[in-house]
Amino acid sequence: MNKQSQLTLTLEKRLAPSRWISFLVPTISVAMALLFGAIFLLMTGHDPLKVYEIMAEGAFGSKYGLSETVVKSIPLMLTGLGVSIAFKMLLWNIGAEGQLYMGAFAASWVALSFPDASPGFLLSAMFLAGFLGGALWGLLPALPRAFLGVNEVITSLMLNYVAILWVDYLVYGPWKDPKGFNFPLTAPFTPSADLPTFFGTRIHLGLVVALAAAAILNVVLWRTRWGYEIRVIGESPAAARYAGMNIARNILLVMFLSGGLAGLAGMTEVAGITHRLQHGISPGYGYSAIIIAWLSKLSPGAVVLVSFLLGALLVGGYSIQSSGLPAATVSMLQGAILFFVLGSEILTKYRLVLVRRGERRAN
Amino acid sequence: MKDEPNLVEMRDITKGFPGVLANDRVSFAARAGEIHALLGENGAGKSTLMSILTGLYRPDEGEIIVAGRRIELHSPRDAIRNGIGMVYQHFRLIPPFSVAENVILGLDAPRFLLNMPEIEKKVAALSESYGLRVDPKVKVWQLSVGEQQRVEIVKMLYRGARILILDEPTAVLTPQETRELFLTLRRMAGNGHAVIFITHKLHEVMEVADRITVLRGGRSVGTVEKKDTNPASLARMMVGREIPPAPSRSEGPRGEKILELQAVQAMSDKGLPALRGVSLTIRAGELLGIAGVSGNGQKELAEVVTGLRPVQAGRLYIKGKDLTNRSPKEIIEAGVSHVPEDRLGTGLIPNLGVLENVILKEYRRPPISRGPLLDRRAARERSEDLVRDFQVKVAYLDLPVKLLSGGNLQRLLLAREISAAPSLIVAVYPVRGLDIGATETVHNLLLQQKARGAAILLISEDLEEILHLSDRVAVMYEGEIQGVLPSSEARLEEIGLLMAGMKKEATTA
Repeated sequence: MNKQSQLTLTLEKRLAPSRWISFLVPTISVAMALLFGAIFLLMTGHDPLKVYEIMAEGAFGSKYGLSETVVKSIPLMLTGLGVSIAFKMLLWNIGAEGQLYMGAFAASWVALSFPDASPGFLLSAMFLAGFLGGALWGLLPALPRAFLGVNEVITSLMLNYVAILWVDYLVYGPWKDPKGFNFPLTAPFTPSADLPTFFGTRIHLGLVVALAAAAILNVVLWRTRWGYEIRVIGESPAAARYAGMNIARNILLVMFLSGGLAGLAGMTEVAGITHRLQHGISPGYGYSAIIIAWLSKLSPGAVVLVSFLLGALLVGGYSIQSSGLPAATVSMLQGAILFFVLGSEILTKYRLVLVRRGERRAN
Repeated sequence: MKDEPNLVEMRDITKGFPGVLANDRVSFAARAGEIHALLGENGAGKSTLMSILTGLYRPDEGEIIVAGRRIELHSPRDAIRNGIGMVYQHFRLIPPFSVAENVILGLDAPRFLLNMPEIEKKVAALSESYGLRVDPKVKVWQLSVGEQQRVEIVKMLYRGARILILDEPTAVLTPQETRELFLTLRRMAGNGHAVIFITHKLHEVMEVADRITVLRGGRSVGTVEKKDTNPASLARMMVGREIPPAPSRSEGPRGEKILELQAVQAMSDKGLPALRGVSLTIRAGELLGIAGVSGNGQKELAEVVTGLRPVQAGRLYIKGKDLTNRSPKEIIEAGVSHVPEDRLGTGLIPNLGVLENVILKEYRRPPISRGPLLDRRAARERSEDLVRDFQVKVAYLDLPVKLLSGGNLQRLLLAREISAAPSLIVAVYPVRGLDIGATETVHNLLLQQKARGAAILLISEDLEEILHLSDRVAVMYEGEIQGVLPSSEARLEEIGLLMAGMKKEATTA
């Protein structure tokens, strides 16, 4: 019988995923995503190599390009770190975008309310307000999750729209700049509210904040009692309960921190880039953060690196618009990257093996 | 009925899993028109045998004969094609679907167009004829557990099952529902079906079965007619021969009351009463064994004592302190250690390393913690000490514990729990799945702790183990303590009867 000698592919569980496999698989996935994108570019009559070259040139080819890549990576790092810490505890915070907006809103309120304060005081108050704005917004879905078991995926996602529309209401309504030619933006902040910048570029103090946040999170996760609790709860809630850990309190704390980091991203955007609150201050950083968290396996150090790469993708995306490609090309590539990385996730945990059907595999 | 030929026959079925022989040359046969009980303790091999009959597992050896024809079963689909249907303890129903939709779920016919009114009529007629009252249009989530079970039975009948297997069907039912189920089973047998009824409850067997096959330790002990047997003799078949009393049990000094439960009531995860007024005490230096077939409240008892499950009524005292409904943390701090049933997942975290598992309960206290920080070096020293003292074989301390063998896992878990010098140890099925050597290590560790003066609550389904280790034995059945006996006086047969809920008969006999 032919049936006896049929070869089939099956998945076999890897005992412990090796380090290089968990690095290699995402790298290949990104390459596959670029290949996938190339097919689309070809179909629309563009030379993919040329397009990718323009993108790379735009993102890394000049001091300006490189600095813009860093600028874009700052909010990505902060939101990415926020999302990672929540994901580490299996809290699916999809609300970083809204938390970013609420942070921007709270920081802007401080800047607009106290225009005469000294720069040191004003910026400190804006940092605090930005963090709290995002943190409290993050706490909103955490409360029903911690005490009633309400799924935070949906609530945190829905709150994004509330936050974005709230900011829109302000900039189209009560906060609109009377001298702004009817554009949806507030009056510019006082110069005291500007974040210091470096090297004559738009790179601002937010970079230092983001890098410090990554370093601190790394220490918290691996060197503190709290980080240990987060990791245990994320790995096994039953074991955490058994060990006497307070899971509800940790849900609140982690979502507070997660939202706060996204809020800081909002603050640094208004204080470092736009210098005012305006419509559409984020092109979806809070959503890209989900991709970043996943690509970096929730490791703070990797978040920094991956944010830089996704920042480059964004900047590269702007530079290809001049060659007649829509900016949505970048969104498509981002989506493809996430798709391929998630799809290949299984290969880090399992290996493909060929077996003959009908044969029993030895143990 | 006697002259009926066997509708289904399983001959010399052997099935092994890594490390265990679940079925060892088991033969079993059921006739059309009979209710045949498959009786045995947990782990006796009942479920494996029936999983083979429903095509879920393939036997290593042996053959299955249905209606005189030898068959090969590759899948549950094959089984149903041969008229074999099973009603599982955990229902396979889709709550938002109607009864009729659930009944036709997974069927090939009709292939394309669903004529629901037609199907509903058919389902109604079928359930009517067996006295299984259930409305085919109602959504399953609106039904009681008993009604859902009827849907499962109708599902199998609709598929033309002539051999119907029910896995502990009364576990989820109220007494009234049980009575109705038994009437239904009788009617099905009357219609020429063979009904196979998996259970460990003796009084149910005596009430409903025509014949009984008893399994023990993967082997068939025998098949008897109900009229030729009695609960006492079935209990003996189920638990085995009388075991000689344990050789030397160190009778340490009995100290103060460590654990005291007063009329404790608690709910199961499903919200049903799991503990119905449990009272017991354990003193320092005493080992109390809880015997009983699992699922009679033992899990809930252990969780109540360790603070993992809320108490609905009654009180829990540890060393005289009222700790009713206090957090697991407070109970740990009161000196309670816990070796849980679910070692890998609750007791230990599979993906974390040995070191991080060792500090699971100590991470809050110095020297492991220094303020908010963890002292990695102190944690490493602690782990090295435990691994050495308890002979846990690990290659390195960051090795994820899911890669450890069963015996090593349990040694690591016990090492952590014992090293806290607890006043009370709650050990739940501590040797389940372990080999003889590892079992002995675990037993010795527990006895050492007893000698040190710890109170120990041991939950086990292995009577031999309980009689061997305990000072006193409490038997649980359906959330109640049926009786507490000094283990020196306990007779196996008596315990067996208590385990099967035959309290009154046992005490009057």
